Amino acid sequence: MKEKKEPRAKLERKNILNLAFWTGAWVITMAISTYGSIYIWESNALLSVLAISLNFVVGIGMIFSNIRHLNSLDELQRKIQLEAMGIALGLAVVGGLAYSSLDQTNIIGYNAEISHLVILIGISYMAAILIGNSRYR
Amino acid sequence: MKNKIKVLRAEYELTQEQLAEKVDVSRQTINAIEKGKFDPSLPLAFKISKLFKMSIEDIFQNE
Repeated sequence: MKEKKEPRAKLERKNILNLAFWTGAWVITMAISTYGSIYIWESNALLSVLAISLNFVVGIGMIFSNIRHLNSLDELQRKIQLEAMGIALGLAVVGGLAYSSLDQTNIIGYNAEISHLVILIGISYMAAILIGNSRYR
Repeated sequence: MKNKIKVLRAEYELTQEQLAEKVDVSRQTINAIEKGKFDPSLPLAFKISKLFKMSIEDIFQNE
């Protein structure tokens, strides 16, 4: 029997919701693993390892959910995503290493944190998606 | 690349949304192709040509 194909818009919505769920779960487990050892279980190593492991496993789920989401996009949407990822990755490498050099040479008065790099990747990726979408509107 | 999709769509009385659904892409993609901002892949060009019962060369022309 021929399987009935799900409409594109419905499938996309389903995959976006799925990705939002996994991303939300990853953020929550990240917050638990980061602040749990400070405010909840007070440096209990076993609980910290469990929380970090859970965060890692949920992160893997988020990656697979993102792959499924990308595979459900059409060719133009994939092109927009690819360009945005290229910009975000390029900026992460170039900007991240330059930022690290600024820290090592003591030009900036604070430590270069990995979280700053994550913020740079997030902002550049979102900006590139918005620009890409407006370019092909 | 120039194309006749907008004209053919009007002849077949299809909206961008309806054409997008028939060839399994988003409305944004059909709009970008019509405006010449995006060149479709060969499989998508085949789908469009099959739908309008024309050859790819008759629908898409290299500028």
